[in-house]
Amino acid sequence: MTESDRLAPNILPAGAPAPDFALNATPDQVLRLSELRGRPVILVFYPADWSPVCGDQVALYNEILPEFREYGAVILGISVDGVWCHAAFARDRKLHFPLLADFEPKGAVARMYGAYRDEDGTSERALFVLDSDGIIRWSYCSPLAVNPGADGILNALESMAGKSAPAKAGSFQGDTAEARP
Amino acid sequence: MSDAALTPPVGPNDHIKGPDDASVTLVEYGDFECPYCGMAHPIVEKAQRELGRHLRFVFRHFPLGEVHPHARLAAQAAEAAGAQGRFWEMHDTLFEHQDALEPEDLVGYAKSLGLDTKQFTGDLEAGTYAKRVRDDFRSGVRSGVNGTPTFFVNGERYDGSWANEEAFLLALRAPEVTY
Repeated sequence: MTESDRLAPNILPAGAPAPDFALNATPDQVLRLSELRGRPVILVFYPADWSPVCGDQVALYNEILPEFREYGAVILGISVDGVWCHAAFARDRKLHFPLLADFEPKGAVARMYGAYRDEDGTSERALFVLDSDGIIRWSYCSPLAVNPGADGILNALESMAGKSAPAKAGSFQGDTAEARP
Repeated sequence: MSDAALTPPVGPNDHIKGPDDASVTLVEYGDFECPYCGMAHPIVEKAQRELGRHLRFVFRHFPLGEVHPHARLAAQAAEAAGAQGRFWEMHDTLFEHQDALEPEDLVGYAKSLGLDTKQFTGDLEAGTYAKRVRDDFRSGVRSGVNGTPTFFVNGERYDGSWANEEAFLLALRAPEVTY
C-alpha cells in the first residue's frame, strides 16, 4: 500500500504472511492468532492504554464492532501494556473486544510486524487486516498522534469480501433496544 | 487536509442551514453528549455568524453510545424534532444542556419548543429515527470520522484544530488553502 510505504516502510506489507503469536488476552487466557484462521482478523497495534488518542481510537472501534462483524471479522488490540492494565482500561471504556498484552518479552509481537518503536519502547499506531488464510491484505501505519479512523479497515474488508457483499443497512439491529426512553 | 472524503456528499436528506449556493460547506459529525462537541458548538455558531450566506452548515449524527449512554436517544430526539420542523432548535438546546439528556429532559425540551409531545414521545419510544441516526453514523465511519467532533470542509476532512477559533475561521474562509 502506498500510504504505509510512505509513512513507515518497515511495517509488514500486504501480501506477507502474518507471523503467528500467542499473547494473553486476560490474566489466565492466551489467544493464538492461528486459532482464528477461517475469518478475517484486524490487528490494531497502539502505543498505550489510557493515552488520549488511543482512547478515542479504541472507543471508535468499539462502536464500529457491528460493522466489523458483518464481515465476520475479529478485531484485536495489541500494546505493550500488561494484562492488568488492559483489564482496567477495557473495563473503564466498556470495550467489547480483546486487548492483548505484548508485555514479555516486551514488544516481541510488534517487532515481528515491524511496528515497534525502539525510541519510545511502545508499538506504532499500526493497522493490519488479515484474510482468512492469515495473509496480510492491508497494512497502514498512522502518525502517532493521529487517530487513523476505520475507513481503511472497512475498505480492506470490503475488497476482500469481493462480490459476496456484506449485509446492507437493513440488517442492523443495534439501536432498537436502546430506542426506548 | 486528509485523504478522507465525505461519503455520501451532502444531499436532500441532510439537515442543512445556509444557502445551497454557499461557497463553503461545513459538515459536522457530532454527538450531543460529547463534551468536545459541546465546546465546538459556539465556535460553529460564530463561524455561521461571521461567514453569513457564504457558509452552509450540515450536521450529521455520530453518537458514541458506548461511552455516552444518552447520545443515541438525544440524536433521535433531534430527528423527532426535525420531523416537526424544529431540528436546529433541538440541536442547539441539546448542546446547551449536555448534562441533562434523560428521556424526561428530552420531552421537556420538546414541550418548551412547542412540539407535539405525544408524537415526539411516540417517535422516541418506537425508535422511529434509530435507523436514520445509525445511517449517519455509518456514513461517518466510511468518511473517515475518527472521533467527535469531526468536520469536513467542502467534502474533505478537516484535520486542523477547531478549538483554535481563528485557524478554524481562516480554514473556512479559504478552504482551498491547505493549512
